[in-house]
Amino acid sequence: MNFEAITEAIPSYFAGVSVTLQLLCVALLFGLALAIPLGVARASNNRWLSWPVWAYTYVMRGTPMLVQLFLIYYGMAQFDAVRDSALWPWFSSAWFCAMLTFTLNTSAYTAEIIAGAMRAIPAGEVEAARSLGLSGWRVLTRIVLPSSMRRALPAYSNEVIMMLHGTSLASTVTLVDLTGAAREMNARTYLPFEAFVTAGIFYLALTFMLVSLFHFAEKRWLRHLAPRSQTVLQPIAIAS
Amino acid sequence: MLHGFLPTLIDGTGITLAVAFLSLVIAVMLGLLGAAARLSKVPLLRGMATVYTTVIRGVPDLVLMLLIFYGGQLAINAAALALGYENTLDIDPFVAGVATIGFIFGAYLTETFRGALLAIHAGQREAGLAFGMSRLKVFWRITFPQMIRLAIPGFTNNWLVLVKSTALVSVIGLTDMMHRAGMAAGATREPFTFYCAAAVIYLAITTVSLLGLGVLERRYSVGIRRAA
Repeated sequence: MNFEAITEAIPSYFAGVSVTLQLLCVALLFGLALAIPLGVARASNNRWLSWPVWAYTYVMRGTPMLVQLFLIYYGMAQFDAVRDSALWPWFSSAWFCAMLTFTLNTSAYTAEIIAGAMRAIPAGEVEAARSLGLSGWRVLTRIVLPSSMRRALPAYSNEVIMMLHGTSLASTVTLVDLTGAAREMNARTYLPFEAFVTAGIFYLALTFMLVSLFHFAEKRWLRHLAPRSQTVLQPIAIAS
Repeated sequence: MLHGFLPTLIDGTGITLAVAFLSLVIAVMLGLLGAAARLSKVPLLRGMATVYTTVIRGVPDLVLMLLIFYGGQLAINAAALALGYENTLDIDPFVAGVATIGFIFGAYLTETFRGALLAIHAGQREAGLAFGMSRLKVFWRITFPQMIRLAIPGFTNNWLVLVKSTALVSVIGLTDMMHRAGMAAGATREPFTFYCAAAVIYLAITTVSLLGLGVLERRYSVGIRRAA
């Protein structure tokens, strides 16, 4: 291990962490904003609402995010209509394309998580709200959503970790995120072990930070569900 | 169709599927070993398995793949030099891809199998032992068949993620379906068309997998009562 080379490259890794976190935060924020209405539609009994969302999540979850990223970043340039439009400055930017891809991708996974949590809501909670005379909208916004968003927390934490790892794809479209910083160091010094192990350690640290953040959130918001089962949360498990 | 690139894409799909199946074999073996180690009474084995699953699941696939591809290349050349070989050996992207994906999903399957094994009542094993079966026989005849049913949902999920991860081997230069779609896109200047074609092929693999594993799950759930 050439520690001198690692120390020299550390500033570029921190710059990479900042890019990774920016991509992650934007994608999660907009992805969640999209996923809530999509999840509600997906869990709806109205077929005309749930079916299109099913199709959307099926396609987004059934294809690799790398394909989605290349479709948006390289694919859009195929159409003169896009190239000549006011949108072109956006679609020619790797930043915008990466953020758009990650946002759409996480919105599909998150919509399924929210819909699953909504379906699992005890019927009694909804019936109790109805019997108190709450309107459908109020039952949704006051009872169903707050309760199911909490229940969705453990699955959502997995999705966030998957997304953190997914942002590494940004390095394939010229962005210098954490993985990009490692690839640059490898290209410059030809020290692949040093370059990628360092990136791995940074990712591990970020993963642990996110896991403990969610652990904290679950302790706070899922306390009412805690005492019956003292299950210890798995640090990272794949999103179901 | 597709400017004559369809045959090469279909060829590439064969490579993609070969990478996926071979790495699945490695992953299942590592997953079973890992699950056995996680549940073993030997603290060292337990510790090693825990480190394995925690580290692998905490680092992106792409970083691990680049590490094994570039780092493995260096390690093999150093080893070859130490053994007195003059010629440098090249790591094949196919081998690097299969090894990495197998190694990564071994960690995920370790957790899947561990959870499934834990869900089997200890009385089942005890009953087998009380009949005088050896521990190996108890595993093959009693624990394993029941574990399959419990592991199928997690297994399905991991398989689907694995198939999608194989797209990453195109980044290290394997001419899989994704790589060929990229080349065709460059040659025809129609990237949208070809990445769409790639997406459709992946979607087809996903759909067939879901149907097939659904059949398997129903088969292994015969005799299991479900609440209506």
